[in-house]
Amino acid sequence: MEVLKQELKENIIEQLNLEDITVEDIADNDVLFGDGLGLDSIDALELIVMLDKNYGIKLTDPKEGRAIFGSIEVMAKYITEHRTK
Amino acid sequence: MSKVYINGIGSISSQKTFGNNDFLEKILVYTNNVIPVVNPDYKEYIDPVAARRMAKGIKMGVVASRIALRDAGLENVDAIITGTGMGCVRDSEKFVSAIIDNDEKYLTPTSFIQSTHNTVGGQIALGLQCKGYNFTYVHASISFESTLLDAKLQLENDEANTILIGGVDEQGEHTIAIHKLINHIKLEKIETTKLLGSNTAGTIFGEGANFFVVSNKKQDSTYAEVLAVETYNTLLETEVLNTVILFLKDNNISVENIDAIVLGNNGDIQYDMFYNKLSSGLFKDTQQVYYKHLCGEFNTASSFGIWLASKILKTQKLPEAIKINKKSKENYRTILLYNQYRGENHSLTLLRKC
Repeated sequence: MEVLKQELKENIIEQLNLEDITVEDIADNDVLFGDGLGLDSIDALELIVMLDKNYGIKLTDPKEGRAIFGSIEVMAKYITEHRTK
Repeated sequence: MSKVYINGIGSISSQKTFGNNDFLEKILVYTNNVIPVVNPDYKEYIDPVAARRMAKGIKMGVVASRIALRDAGLENVDAIITGTGMGCVRDSEKFVSAIIDNDEKYLTPTSFIQSTHNTVGGQIALGLQCKGYNFTYVHASISFESTLLDAKLQLENDEANTILIGGVDEQGEHTIAIHKLINHIKLEKIETTKLLGSNTAGTIFGEGANFFVVSNKKQDSTYAEVLAVETYNTLLETEVLNTVILFLKDNNISVENIDAIVLGNNGDIQYDMFYNKLSSGLFKDTQQVYYKHLCGEFNTASSFGIWLASKILKTQKLPEAIKINKKSKENYRTILLYNQYRGENHSLTLLRKC
């Protein structure tokens, strides 16, 4: 799980071009959207594609993303339970 | 009909031009055939949250436009008109590559959203909250002149009082590779200052953003008056001379009145002959200026020529690095600019000191 969390932080920083943010800046329980990391709806779409491409998880209902993308901790738990690759 | 003035300028080029203080006192010489811009600190101008989705071309355009606005002492304008040949080519390449690499699956939205040609104009407007006329011209090497022509018509007819215009193009890795393959970029490496003496086909490629605040009101910061601009999609080598003569006649200006001619020579032996028709003939006794050894060739490189001419007219200085010939001249009052790329999309522009 720790390896997956690290991987998720690296991928989020790279895919969302979070230039001034390092892996160390993102705590496992930090809120990713809104006041937390400041991600927005376009970032949510990027993350949905990332889940599909990297872990074989298809989110058909974007509303699901709201809960799944709550924090790195929540994302890692969801991926571990649902990944197909 | 109102007159049209250039009241503010902003340039991001392969020279350190973004500061707007120096005028090519020290030039950067490159030995690569693809030269990048000297980047300002974009974070000084753009909020990092907004900047993270911006490719280089957008950042260059937004920052050059801010510099021009500041130079003109303005917070906002009535309209924004952008010229670009290739638009946001990096994001276009990224998106198309993703389609191919991922077998048309897993397409992410950001590069698609940012890949359109009018993204730069849109981002400038968003930053300024400018809800006025916003237009982007995409027409190869007359993209920038098209913005100038549009702005000139609006200002002359008092449809707007201040307009931000600019030319912007960024380099894309794949696009550059194609231009190398088809020999539009020189095969041999050449020192940029020796570009005109290369005697080979192709040129050096650059990128950049040059923005201007144009207005129908003259002010202290004014650089020049825009007397005329004309574009020609096709023009034979044999037609150039007569076209220039006619252009000058239409504007009641004689060859003797031209204090300097700014030429778009790019060292391509196949196409510099268009310029040679003028430099070795009608304008052989006129001070000739070139600039593509400083900024490289790109679709809106001629906007750097306008930046250069504006600076000459305001400062009355003509840096050694841009002289093709050496004619003693005490003051520069009227400048003619001529540009074309690979024998197509020609433009003539006339600027006058205020």
